[in-house]
Amino acid sequence: MAISLSMDSPAITATSPTERVADVFSATENELRACFVLGLGGDAAQYRLFLHGLGSHLRAYLRRRLPRAQADVEDILQETLLAVHNARHTYRDDQPLTAWVHAIARYKLMDFFRAHARREALHEPFEDDGSLFVQSDVEPADARRDVGRLLEALPDRHRLPIVFVKLQGLSVAEAAQRCGISESAVKVGVHRGLKALAARIRGSS
Amino acid sequence: MKTDDFIAMLANEAPPVDRRAPGRRFALALLLGFAAATLLMAAGLGLRPDLADAIHLPMFWLRIGFAACIGIAALWLTLRLSRPGLRIGARWASLAAPVAVAWVGMAVVLAHAPTDARVALLLGHTWRVCPILIALLSTPTFLAMLWAVRGMAPVRPRVTGAAVGVLAGATATVAYCLHCPEMSPAFWSTWYPLGMAIPAAIGALIGPRVLRW
Repeated sequence: MAISLSMDSPAITATSPTERVADVFSATENELRACFVLGLGGDAAQYRLFLHGLGSHLRAYLRRRLPRAQADVEDILQETLLAVHNARHTYRDDQPLTAWVHAIARYKLMDFFRAHARREALHEPFEDDGSLFVQSDVEPADARRDVGRLLEALPDRHRLPIVFVKLQGLSVAEAAQRCGISESAVKVGVHRGLKALAARIRGSS
Repeated sequence: MKTDDFIAMLANEAPPVDRRAPGRRFALALLLGFAAATLLMAAGLGLRPDLADAIHLPMFWLRIGFAACIGIAALWLTLRLSRPGLRIGARWASLAAPVAVAWVGMAVVLAHAPTDARVALLLGHTWRVCPILIALLSTPTFLAMLWAVRGMAPVRPRVTGAAVGVLAGATATVAYCLHCPEMSPAFWSTWYPLGMAIPAAIGALIGPRVLRW
């Protein structure tokens, strides 16, 4: 609330703390949004920058939200990043990136709460769209769940394309040759494999 | 896996996103659903025999328009609900408005009718089967749209399921209008929405399970 109020009154020259928060917030929104949109166009380097930036903001956000479940933060963070990646085609150019990311993060967090039924955490209010991009936390902790192991458990048609293309960095053509399938089948395999991975993560929590 | 490695994995070889793919998927689902509903209606129920005459009546088009307006509103809401972070808020009114207008029409018609004819206007000859038939005809659109929405990221699955149900019901109603002999606004503004409410309720019921991601 305070953020939108301070944005509505640019006539005040002295920078109050809320205004500085608003500045940080909108600068982050613009920066991350630029990287993300370039990433959607196929720029992998920009996309990586986006995921890194988003990851540190999400980490701070989750650590604040889960004061009594710090050990779960890194797990939910990875799950949320995967959700953002798998849903990246649902972003609409005319909407604020914050609102989009926040809705996904909240959805995944609610999922976590439902699974663990932590009553004290449910009492935290969620309606604060502004706070996600205000703080960032680049210090990762260790994830409890090993996504790598879940990946190993996927069927070959999903696992091999991800391992060759995403982890070993082979080109799609090389991966297609090794798997003995077409290039478009490799692309579909990566896409479906990441969705299957998200489902496995959900099932394991 | 460390989060930095995980990010590297996601960013590695992330091909350009086709921004028009969701639109194509929704259009395909809606077209297939409507075509299937129309075929089901024509094969199972049959077109009304006096259709050639009926299409000259304004009430025929008013009735189809009623269903179409609800369908367009439900489509709009479904599209918004399937993307994270888009608010609905007052846009719910777009769904309520056609129903409210039709109910005003129903009130006017019933007020001008003789007292002993009102029940007949309201019940017509087919009130027992009308909502059930609409619900049955909504099945293809319901399934096709659930498939389309599952390719998106609805963060309110229960509400989204209900919106898909209304959309499927409205699509089925447009097809059903080519069969239904009832022309009184008192009839169709009562029983058509009831027919749409059945898939909507089913959608709300199964949404959290089917649309989870």
